[in-house]
Amino acid sequence: MATSIKKLPDTEQVLSGNGACGGCPATMALRIVGKALGSNAIMLLTPSCSVASMGMTPKLGYNWPCINITFASAGSSASGITHAVEIMKEKGRLQGELPTVFSWVGDGGTYDIGFQALSAAAERNDNMIHFCYNNEAYSNTGVQRSGATPRGSFTTTTPTGKRQPKKNMALLMMEHNIPYVATATVAYPGDLYDKVVKAKNIPGMKYIEILAPCYLGWQFDMPETVQMSRMAVRSGAWLLWEAENGKISFNNPSSHIISGKKDPAPVDEYVMKQGRFNRLLKGPDATQRIAEIQGDIDREIAFMRERAKITI
Amino acid sequence: MQSVTKTYRPISWPMKGSGGDTGSWRTHRPVVDHQICNKCQFCWVYCPEAVIDRKEIIIDYTYCKGCGVCAVECPTGAITMVKEDE
Repeated sequence: MATSIKKLPDTEQVLSGNGACGGCPATMALRIVGKALGSNAIMLLTPSCSVASMGMTPKLGYNWPCINITFASAGSSASGITHAVEIMKEKGRLQGELPTVFSWVGDGGTYDIGFQALSAAAERNDNMIHFCYNNEAYSNTGVQRSGATPRGSFTTTTPTGKRQPKKNMALLMMEHNIPYVATATVAYPGDLYDKVVKAKNIPGMKYIEILAPCYLGWQFDMPETVQMSRMAVRSGAWLLWEAENGKISFNNPSSHIISGKKDPAPVDEYVMKQGRFNRLLKGPDATQRIAEIQGDIDREIAFMRERAKITI
Repeated sequence: MQSVTKTYRPISWPMKGSGGDTGSWRTHRPVVDHQICNKCQFCWVYCPEAVIDRKEIIIDYTYCKGCGVCAVECPTGAITMVKEDE
């Protein structure tokens, strides 16, 4: 059972009045992450919406030491800081508990540009947490196609809808043999909180991916951010799972979909609510292309179901 | 949280309102009906801006951006979005 909302701690690491859009899922997720990590942490940010929402000098929107780094270096910078902190502790320059080093990176900095540094950091198994808040496009620069963009989605660089499916980044990270990998989303804050607390207490490289439905990029109404995130999980487009030392376990409500207790909701409703699939729905081959999207989702569910059975 | 001293420092400090008084971005204001509210804290947990007081469900209108997530997520319908006066 996930932690109930009433039992979440009071600490606020994201301060009111930052520069994020109203209804931003990234700050929504970061608030819950902040509750789990506490104030003893160091945050690394690659260019993303979260850097823009930090606010203007001399004020800072996040209650952590923040380091802004280059796009491709999320993994390597976090590795360096982890080692520096450990050496400082060894030499007695740092007292008390070691701070948690975590990078807060969008899907561009994880799936595409930052992948090689991240992969190397995972291979070295450095003691850090990599958070990917996945809004399925380069939203900060005006919605361009990324490796996380699903098939059929409109972006400014795929005006007729993307033709390729997205890649399963969390599974890719799991195949690096790192101790902890999890996926979460903003609609299930208790689940997200538990996963971050678990990751904090495991030494080594941890990877947590959070689905963040961006209302500007996905083109739906601003108040429906959480609804959209919930619909993604219920339709099976986003699966909630965690893997400890390579053992995959699914979390509610994705576990019901995987076990076959409950059928996933048809993707139609999820797709129709989003403006980014609009052009696809208006075309002459609309039914065929929705079937393609449904096919991608069904394949992913079937694949993850079988992958979870391998526990060597 | 620390306050900025008078001497200029090239460092940012964690402070509220780093994006200015973001309440001025609002077109609709969330209004809580405390008669219906059952203090489930759903609005508090989903608020991206951390402007809702957890115990009393009071909204800080200085920084509330008026996104309306709280009104949609409220299970009892105690929060309504009211248009801001010009």
